[in-house]
Amino acid sequence: MLSVSGVAGMVTQVVGVAAGAPLLVGWMRQVRARLEGRAGPGPAQPWRDLRKQLHKQNITPDGTTVVFAAAPVVLAGTSLVIAAIVPGVTTGSPLDRVGDLFAVVGVLLLGTVALALAGLDTGTAFGGMGASRVVTIAALVEPTILVAGVALSVPAHSSNLGRIVATTAADPGLVASPAAALAFAALAVVVVAETGRLPVDNPATHLELTMVHEAMILEYTGPRLALIEWAAAMRLTVLLTLLVNLFVPWGVAGAGAGPAGLLVGLGAVAFKVAALGTALAAAEVFLAKLRLFRVPELLAGSFLLGLLAATTSYFLTGPAG
Amino acid sequence: MSSHTYTSLLYLASGVLLLSAVGIVWGRPLRVAVRLLAAQGAALAAIPVLGGAYRHDWYLLGVGLAVCVLRAAVLPGLLARLVPPPVGLTDPREQTGAGERHETGPLLGTSASLMVTAGAVVLAYAVGQPLVALDPSPSTRAAPVALAVVLMGVLLLVTRRRAVSQIVAFLTLDNGIAAVAFLLTSGVPLVVELGASLDLLLFVLVTQVLTARMRVKFGGTDLGELQELHE
Repeated sequence: MLSVSGVAGMVTQVVGVAAGAPLLVGWMRQVRARLEGRAGPGPAQPWRDLRKQLHKQNITPDGTTVVFAAAPVVLAGTSLVIAAIVPGVTTGSPLDRVGDLFAVVGVLLLGTVALALAGLDTGTAFGGMGASRVVTIAALVEPTILVAGVALSVPAHSSNLGRIVATTAADPGLVASPAAALAFAALAVVVVAETGRLPVDNPATHLELTMVHEAMILEYTGPRLALIEWAAAMRLTVLLTLLVNLFVPWGVAGAGAGPAGLLVGLGAVAFKVAALGTALAAAEVFLAKLRLFRVPELLAGSFLLGLLAATTSYFLTGPAG
Repeated sequence: MSSHTYTSLLYLASGVLLLSAVGIVWGRPLRVAVRLLAAQGAALAAIPVLGGAYRHDWYLLGVGLAVCVLRAAVLPGLLARLVPPPVGLTDPREQTGAGERHETGPLLGTSASLMVTAGAVVLAYAVGQPLVALDPSPSTRAAPVALAVVLMGVLLLVTRRRAVSQIVAFLTLDNGIAAVAFLLTSGVPLVVELGASLDLLLFVLVTQVLTARMRVKFGGTDLGELQELHE
């Protein structure tokens, strides 16, 4: 069933994420700069960087194949698809019915794998190193998302993201349950790991040996680099949107909302994501990057939290509830 | 207090109980472990206090307050005196027994411990099902959480090597047992509870003295060094 409201909401979401993602990254860098006592370049700097990159020449390193050329497009494409599915502005997205949490995780992993293959395709030492690290982290992160997702889908009796958000919006008491708190902690660690923020990966590093995400894209320049940067910003935005709306779903437009409802939803989600981004950036000021060999400990911990969330949500809110 | 609020708060308390036990398994710094133990004691005390407030049982309320004072304040306070303050806050010359701030060289690594904990939680739920089925009520439904805390306490006792960690592990185990008692039977008789608490207090006091003696004598409390006799 295609409703006008749903399609309009989906388009709003995609456009909002595409335009707002670099602004979010710029805003987080600005918050960090201010807290460190620097003036900072302003939130619009990532857009200026992207414009500069787009005017540069595309360079294809010798010996690379179509994998290298296709990875940025695949990454950006998957990010846009997730932006269309995730209930950010509206829960009534027409893609929502085909895209539950498991599909979103799969699409997310598709982008990660495309970039990891591109890192291997260049044949350089750093590319391979970055790819191996990213795959290690992804392999530990995906089960956590799935288990935490199961925990969240028990009260809604559906793994459909729109249904989960609508159920939580209808019954705010669910947010205060131990299962939701544990799942939030697990998902927060996972989002930090998946988007390559501190303490798992340092997005501002210039030292190749410590890079994770940046090591894979060292060989990219010009428009392709711009596409990757934009897609990475979109992934961050979409995951933060998902996190914030799964646990604080107020303001999200329902399935049949009019233009006013969509505008309120857009404003609410922009405010919430900006607030979460500010909190994340402020927390990063106090964090140092974790040693790579201790990252599995962190992710094992978040997996355990996810598992506890699933068990508590299954047993504590049982049939008699 | 309505039935729904009581259930939510009870589940919140058991969630904190479980989470603090997980935190103790996760973390290496002993100072953090002691703080988590205090949080665990408070969560444990919340169970009888909530039950007492819900059923207007003043006796249970009193037991809860006594448990709170002992397990959230006195015992962690005694333990905190065994852990030196963080580096940088003290004069380096005054530091004795360096390395006592962290649990060094546990027999099982952090990731493996966390995985075993995950298994223990699932096991506790599986084992606890018949118990819950006996009398399904909000508090018995949370009993598997307390069983999981008991199992985590055993895991900590088996794998940790520092004396302070051992005490933390023992207290976690005991918190778990007390939580099982409170959740399943809404409290043991006051005499039994008082006796157990007194035992606990004596245990911690004796171990505290013992640990201090060990540190003066050997410079550390690694239990691995106690396996054979020394001159």
